[in-house]
Amino acid sequence: MYNSSILKIKIFTLLRICAVFLTLTTFSIPAFSQEEHAEGTEKPFEPSEVILEHIADSHSLHVWDAISIPLPVILYTDKGLEVFSSSHFEHGHADYTGKYYTYRLVSDKVNIVGENNTLAESATVAKWNSSLIDLSITRNVVSMWMGILFLLVIFFSVASAYKKRAGKAPKGLQSVMEPLILFVRDDIARPNIGYKYQRYMPLLLTVFFFIWVNNLIGLIPFFPFGANLTGNIAVTLVLSVITLIIVNVKGNKHYWAHIFIPADVPVWIWPLWWVIELVGIISKPFALMIRLFANITAGHIIVLSLISLIFVFKSLYIAPVSVAFVIFMDVLELLVAALQAFIFTLLTALFIGSAIEEHHH
Amino acid sequence: MNPLVTPEIGLIVWTTVSLAILFILLGKFAWKPIMGALDERERFIEDSLSKAEAAKDEMARLTNENDVLLKQARIERDAILSEAKKVKDQIISEAKDAAHKEGARQIELARIEINNQKAIAMADVKNQVATLSLEIAEKVLRKQFEDSSKQDALVAELLKEVKL
Repeated sequence: MYNSSILKIKIFTLLRICAVFLTLTTFSIPAFSQEEHAEGTEKPFEPSEVILEHIADSHSLHVWDAISIPLPVILYTDKGLEVFSSSHFEHGHADYTGKYYTYRLVSDKVNIVGENNTLAESATVAKWNSSLIDLSITRNVVSMWMGILFLLVIFFSVASAYKKRAGKAPKGLQSVMEPLILFVRDDIARPNIGYKYQRYMPLLLTVFFFIWVNNLIGLIPFFPFGANLTGNIAVTLVLSVITLIIVNVKGNKHYWAHIFIPADVPVWIWPLWWVIELVGIISKPFALMIRLFANITAGHIIVLSLISLIFVFKSLYIAPVSVAFVIFMDVLELLVAALQAFIFTLLTALFIGSAIEEHHH
Repeated sequence: MNPLVTPEIGLIVWTTVSLAILFILLGKFAWKPIMGALDERERFIEDSLSKAEAAKDEMARLTNENDVLLKQARIERDAILSEAKKVKDQIISEAKDAAHKEGARQIELARIEINNQKAIAMADVKNQVATLSLEIAEKVLRKQFEDSSKQDALVAELLKEVKL
């Protein structure tokens, strides 16, 4: 009885979240239009601008309308570290003079400004800018930490459930997560890696749930969610570089022999073969990087484009059509969120499996 | 280059650091106990299944053994019964034989006794008859041989008759 009521509450909460989600998708119309008003009444609505602004990273956390939370800007310059709040930029309307340089936000990117308040005019300013490393806690970093926090809370509680209820049937969150963990183990790791799968389980599970949770967080359109984290090329780059490193570090002698001394290939072709294999080594994780980035970004772009239709047509009558399509896309994106996490993990497992396979051919 | 496909160094650094921390924390405090518990449970289930299988085999073996034992017991019982029957028959026939013999002996004894008695009785009767005859004869003789001449004549005649 107790359990079922908890489940009902959970389902109810889920429904409520969905309801809020839908209302916000619809109610964000005035928010958008007001923003447009604030920036300039005469300027025509530019959907690509709005969309790209959402897709890209940001130095502040947009909450609602004109309200946004400033995030810390951390800059590593050739003279030293600079830390200050992004509120000093006043959304790109003001420059900030720190300890070493004066900084300006240009399309949400920090640049060093020269003496006469000009951008990269002289060679010295260009040199300063090229050595500037922006380590700011951006919207994507905050979103990622939120996702990590979710993961830690979920899986620590699941792990403690396993400790507390040792030898018993799974219950609650544990029984939700167990099939997913078993899915990663039995349908991703085991068939692709083979009997050595156990060593790669932590990596595969972490990657799978990290991508999935962050995909889902990206789908929720309101504060503090909705950042396009897994659709950011830097994040997918890191994820695919992990795959690249693991595959090539763990690759056994068969793997390297296949690359450097292919058995059935005439020796004179070997140099060409090496080039092809090198391209293969790079292109596999590269495809992983592009696939995840493109899928998630495309989803965000489509949803935003559909919402933008309302402003492009400047008519509220298009709203039901837009919302209907957005709902359809969101449902599709829910599938894509899980699917992309699955594909990324599956291909990582596949690459690892082929690199540590005992008998080639 | 389009900012969309230009990886930002800052985000790369933070992603790497955060993922590393996440990996270490989850690996140590989540995946290890979870995978361990799952493996253990699977081992337990497998163990239980094989144990159940073994128990089933054992059960079948025991049932088989029971059957064999039962069959053996039945055979033994039959053997004992037939043995007992044989013994009974033997005892009865022996008893019958003995009774027969005893009866025959008794009859024989009785016959001998009867014969004896008969002989005794006959002897007695003979004695009586003899005594009686003698008495009669005496009386007769006494009457006849009141005179001595007749006595002498008879003695002489008798002597003639006696063949010794």
